[in-house]
Amino acid sequence: MPRAAAMPRPANQRDTGLDDAELRERLAYTWGRRPGIVGWLSTVDHKEIGRRYIATAFVFLALGGLLAASIRLQLARPEAHVVGPDLYNQIFTTHGSNMMFLFAVPVMQAFSLYLVPLMVGNRNIAFGRLGAYSYWMFLAGGIFLWVSFLLDIGPDVGWFAYVPLSGPQYGIGKRPDVWAQMITFTEVASMAAAVQTIVTVFKHRAPGMKLTEMPLFVWAMLVTAFMIIFAMPAVMIASTSLILDRLVGTHFFNPSEGGSALLFQHLFWFFGHPEVYIIFIPGTGMVSAIVETFARRPVFGHIAMIISLVATGMLAFGLWVHHMFATGLPELGASFFTIMSMTIAIPSGLQIFCWLTTLFTGTPVIRTPLLFIFGFFFIFVLGGMTGVMVASIPIDLQVHDTFFVVAHFHYVLIGGAVFPLIGATYYWFPKITGRMMSERLGTWNFWLAFIGFNVAFFPMHILGMLGMPRRVYTYQHDVGWEGLNLTSSIGALILAASFALFFFNMWRSARTGALAGPNPWGAGTLEWLAESPPLPHNFDQIPVVTHATPLWAERESLPIVSGISVNKREILVTSLTDARPEIREASPDSSIWPLIAAIATTVAFIASIFSPWAVVWGGALVGVTLIGWFWPKTIQEDLE
Amino acid sequence: MKTRVVANVSSLPTYGFGTSASTWWGTLGFCAIEGTGFVLAIGMYLFLAFNNPHWPLGFAPPMHWPGTALTVLLLASLIPNVMVDRAAHQENLPRVRWLLVLMTAIGFVAIAIRFVEFYMLIPRWDSNAYGSIIWLLLGLHATHLITDVGDSVVLTALMFTKHGRAKRFADVSDNAFYWYFVVGAWLPIYYLVYWFPIL
Repeated sequence: MPRAAAMPRPANQRDTGLDDAELRERLAYTWGRRPGIVGWLSTVDHKEIGRRYIATAFVFLALGGLLAASIRLQLARPEAHVVGPDLYNQIFTTHGSNMMFLFAVPVMQAFSLYLVPLMVGNRNIAFGRLGAYSYWMFLAGGIFLWVSFLLDIGPDVGWFAYVPLSGPQYGIGKRPDVWAQMITFTEVASMAAAVQTIVTVFKHRAPGMKLTEMPLFVWAMLVTAFMIIFAMPAVMIASTSLILDRLVGTHFFNPSEGGSALLFQHLFWFFGHPEVYIIFIPGTGMVSAIVETFARRPVFGHIAMIISLVATGMLAFGLWVHHMFATGLPELGASFFTIMSMTIAIPSGLQIFCWLTTLFTGTPVIRTPLLFIFGFFFIFVLGGMTGVMVASIPIDLQVHDTFFVVAHFHYVLIGGAVFPLIGATYYWFPKITGRMMSERLGTWNFWLAFIGFNVAFFPMHILGMLGMPRRVYTYQHDVGWEGLNLTSSIGALILAASFALFFFNMWRSARTGALAGPNPWGAGTLEWLAESPPLPHNFDQIPVVTHATPLWAERESLPIVSGISVNKREILVTSLTDARPEIREASPDSSIWPLIAAIATTVAFIASIFSPWAVVWGGALVGVTLIGWFWPKTIQEDLE
Repeated sequence: MKTRVVANVSSLPTYGFGTSASTWWGTLGFCAIEGTGFVLAIGMYLFLAFNNPHWPLGFAPPMHWPGTALTVLLLASLIPNVMVDRAAHQENLPRVRWLLVLMTAIGFVAIAIRFVEFYMLIPRWDSNAYGSIIWLLLGLHATHLITDVGDSVVLTALMFTKHGRAKRFADVSDNAFYWYFVVGAWLPIYYLVYWFPIL
C-alpha cells in the first residue's frame, strides 16, 4: 500500500504547510490510477489517455503503411498480380480512410490531450471522462474498419465515398456502410476531444497565462479544435444521410427523386478541405515548439503567428469547392474558390518566414527534431507550390484524378504533418517516457525518410502529367509509366524502412535510452517543468505565468499559487483572457462508465447499419450508461 | 527549481455558474457542434429547394398547426426556463424542484406534439428528396428534444434526492441554457418546413 494511502486524509488538506516530499506523495496518490485491470480501464488521466491514443494511432499508421506498401508493390511493374482489382479497391480506400480518420487527426489530438494540460500548467484536461470515452470510441471505430477489411467487407469506394458509387444502387453489400459508420465513430471521438481542448485552453490555464502568451502549439490545437467543431458535423451529416439512403430508402443523393449527388460532394468537402488543415495546423504548432527550443529564442513574430493560425483556420472553410472543379460548377463561383485557395498560401507563407527568421536570428542546435523540421520546410513548400498550381482551374482539370494530385496531397500531408509529427515524437519522447531517443538512429531515420519520401512521391507528379490515373489497379506495358512507377516503389520501400527504424528507435529507447530529466532540451514552456515522465498530478504546485516562455523568464525561482486541495482532485479554473483564478473546481475521478458507455454506443452504431430500430433501442441503451456515468456516487461530489 | 508563493487561492469557491464554470463552456461547445449540424441540414434543404424546378416536390406543404402549436409551447416555455435558471442561481431548492417538474412536463408535451407532426406529414421519408429532408430536419430536432427531456428527467430526480444541493444548482442552470438552444434551433426549422414552401 502506498504510504500516502495510510496518511491521515482530512477532506480539506491544502498544499500549504506540507514538506515537498509529503506534498508530492499525497498528490500522486490522489491523482494516481487505482490498481488492477479495472483501474487501468477506468483511468481519466490525460497522460494515460494521450499515450494510448498516440500508441493506437501509430499502430494504425503501421497498418496503413502496409496497405501503402502493397499498393506500391502492385504498381511497381505493369500488369502485376500482387492483388486483384476488388482487393485493390478495398486497399486504397482503407489506406486513405485509415490514414485520415484513424491516424492523422487522432494522433494530433492525442498529442493535444497529452501536452495541452501540461503546457497550460494544470493537472488534468477538462472533462477527463470524456477523454476516456473519446479514446474508446476511436479504438472501436478503428477495430470496426480493420475487422471489416479482414472479413472482405472493407470499404471500396474511395476515402470520400462519392455517390452514386457508394449509394444503394452501386454500393452493394455493407462495404460503404462500414466507411460511413467508421466516420461516425471517429468523428464522435474527435469532437469530444476538441471540446476538451477548447475548455482546457479557455478555462484551465495557469494563473497569469494570457491568451496572447500561450505557447504556439496550444494556439494551434485551439484553432484545430474549433475547426473540428465546425467541420466535422458536415461529414457526419453526409455519412448519416448516406446510410439513410441505403438503409431506409431516403433520396438525399438520388437525382431521379429530387436529390443531388453534388450535395454529397459539397457536404463531404465542406469537411474534407478543413480536414487538411485540421491535420496541418497541429503540425505547425509542433514546428513552432521545436524551432523555438532549438533556435534558443522565442519564435519571431509571436502575435503574427497567432493571427496566421487563426486566419488559416478561417480561410480553410472557404476552399472546399476547389475539390469539385471538374463537376462543371459555374465559372464565377469556381473562380472565387481559386482566389481563396491561393489566399490561404499567405498566412502559411508568413509562418514559414517567421520560423526561418527565428532560426537565422537564433543560435540553432541541430538535433533530430530540427532535422525533421528542415525536411518539413522543403517538402511542405513543394506541396504548397503544387497546391497553388491545382488551385488554377485549367491545371486542375488537366491533372484531376491523376497521380499528380496523389503527389500533391502526400507532399502536403506527409511534409506538412508527418515530418513535424516525427520530429515532435523525438522532441517530446523524453517527456513521455523519461528517456532520450537515439540521435544516431534518429539521423538515419531522417535521411531515410527524406530520401525515401522524395523518391517515392516526386515521380508521381510526372506520372500524373503523363496521364496515369489514380485508383486504377494496373497499367499496360506500352504506356511508358514503368520506370517512374518502379522508382516510386523503391522510394516507398526506403520510406517504409525509415518508419521501421523509427518504431525500433522508440521501442529500444523506451527501454535503454539515456535518462532525460525534466528538461533535456533546455526548453522554455511549462511541460518541461514537470518530471519526465510527469507524475499523475503533473505539477507539485501550480505555476503563475508571466511570460510566453516561463522557464526562460523565471530561471531563479518560479512563482506559484498555494491553497489547492491535495486530498481530492482539484484544479484551478481561470478567466478567459487574462487567466485570473476564479474557482477551485473538482476534476473527475476515475470511472469505468466511459468504457461502458463506449461499448453501448459501439453496439448501437454497428447495429444501426443493419436496422434503423437500433437507433431507438441503442439510444436508450446509451442513455442508461450515461446516467450511470453522471449520477453522483458520493455526497462529496455535490459540494465540489 | 525553487519556487515562491505569490497568491493563495484557498478562499475561492468550488463551483460557479455561467462563464466561470467549465461545464457551461462544455455545453456551449456541444451546442456549437449541434448548431453546425442544424445549419448544415438547413443548407441541405435550401440546396435541394433551389436545385429543383418546383418546390415542394409533388406534395403540398404540410399543415402548419402542429408545428405552430409546438412553436407557441416552446416560446412559452422560455418563461419557466428563465425562472428555473434564476431559482438555481439563488439555490432555492423548493422552487427549482417544482420548476424542473414543470419544464420536464413541457418537454414531454413537446415530444408528443412532435410525434403528431410526424404522423401528419404526408410525404414519407422515402417518397422523394422533399420528404427525406423534412423528416431529417424534424428528426434532428426531435433527437435534441428527447435528449434535453431525458437530461431534465434525470436532473429532476437528482434534485429530489440528497444530492440536490451546491454544484447541482449549476447543473440545473446549464440544463436551462441548453433548452434555450433547443428552442432557438427550432425556429428556423419551423419556418423552413411550414412556411418557406408557400411564401
